[in-house]
Amino acid sequence: MYAYTMQLHISTGDGVPIYLQIANQVKHLVASGRLAPGDEIPPIRVLAHQLLVNPNTVARAYLELERDGVVVKRHGSGTYISDGGSPLARKERLKILAQRVDALLTEARHLEVAPEDLLKLIHQRHQSMQP
Amino acid sequence: MNTSINPPIIEISGLTRKFENKLALNNVSLQVPRGRVFGLVGENGAGKTTLIKHVLGLLKAESGSVRVFGFDPVAAPVAVLSRIGFLSENRDLPPWMRVDELLRYTRAFYPQWDPAFAEELRNQFGLDPSAKIKNLSRGENAKAGLLIALAFRPELLLLDEPSSGLDPLVRRDILEAIIRTVADEGRTVFFSTHLLDEVERVADDVAMMFNGQVVLKGPLDEVKENHHRLVLRFESPQPAAPKVPGVLSITGSGLEWTVICNGSRQETVAAAARLGGRVVLEETPSLDEIFVARAGGKIA
Repeated sequence: MYAYTMQLHISTGDGVPIYLQIANQVKHLVASGRLAPGDEIPPIRVLAHQLLVNPNTVARAYLELERDGVVVKRHGSGTYISDGGSPLARKERLKILAQRVDALLTEARHLEVAPEDLLKLIHQRHQSMQP
Repeated sequence: MNTSINPPIIEISGLTRKFENKLALNNVSLQVPRGRVFGLVGENGAGKTTLIKHVLGLLKAESGSVRVFGFDPVAAPVAVLSRIGFLSENRDLPPWMRVDELLRYTRAFYPQWDPAFAEELRNQFGLDPSAKIKNLSRGENAKAGLLIALAFRPELLLLDEPSSGLDPLVRRDILEAIIRTVADEGRTVFFSTHLLDEVERVADDVAMMFNGQVVLKGPLDEVKENHHRLVLRFESPQPAAPKVPGVLSITGSGLEWTVICNGSRQETVAAAARLGGRVVLEETPSLDEIFVARAGGKIA
């Protein structure tokens, strides 16, 4: 069945191209298990209406997802989350985290906190979050 | 979608127009390909409405040429206007008519009018058939105008500042209509706006007008990918904006300055380095920032 409940949120004005926002959010949903292998994602027109974006933009996002092996098109049918998503999911999970880490490192540099101290802080926070 | 085999729906070349001594359009050239959404942006008075009047054949080209569906709209008004669904900024609907009368009246002009589609839109827009046009709210008036522009399924939907002065719910109806027009039937949309957020959402192609000239045009993705926003940090405070060659705009003060540049990222970085500046942050600018940098003034 269609994953019609696929909730994506588009923001304009922050510079990230909309097709990339769609592709990244679908990857995120796959990585976090909210979309499972075999789930059908909405047809291009349906998602374009839902998000109020140009259908060509959605088509470009789906093409990107297909190229990255996240989805497969089945002839005459629809677009589905591909099987064997787990190694990819791990790669994507790390990719998502890498972006956060980059932002954290930049902020640490601006605050003149050395990477070693930042690592220590991460360990400390991890300890304090243990039950 | 392959557009290369089709001639453009609108083709404007070298169009210039003067009103008394003011140059309203200055050597404007642009092409609107079939099956795409084309956004025309610019401040009030940039020349957008004047350009649209030429497309509709309400103004005759003084120099240069205008072709719509391959026809000169002044010489062949029927061939052109019967295929354009137009919503003007002023939405000049006859105030004494009722909504159902407006639909019957408009239908008479268009053999391809689709009554079932018109009724579907009327329901979707929540328009009371017995309401008088003069008693409609601003938003309802816009929806009535949009309905009659859409209900004969025109090959070209032409919207002049459709969202101007409307609340977000009505703006949403207008964006939906644009998307539906291209998605369901592969038809063409040309719209002018000063709301860059709308262009960023729905446009395939974009052209920006400033003082009667097209200062930037191209596929939206390319326009965005070709521009860069760099934050430069200098070794010592700069008393005035550093003269970095090739940048579109530079703003800031003291140690840090933000530049918007086009295409030549590496050259800009090298030029900044010679002046003692290094890149501390690099991002893709929003359309808004690109246009402000291009026009040297705020849009909207």
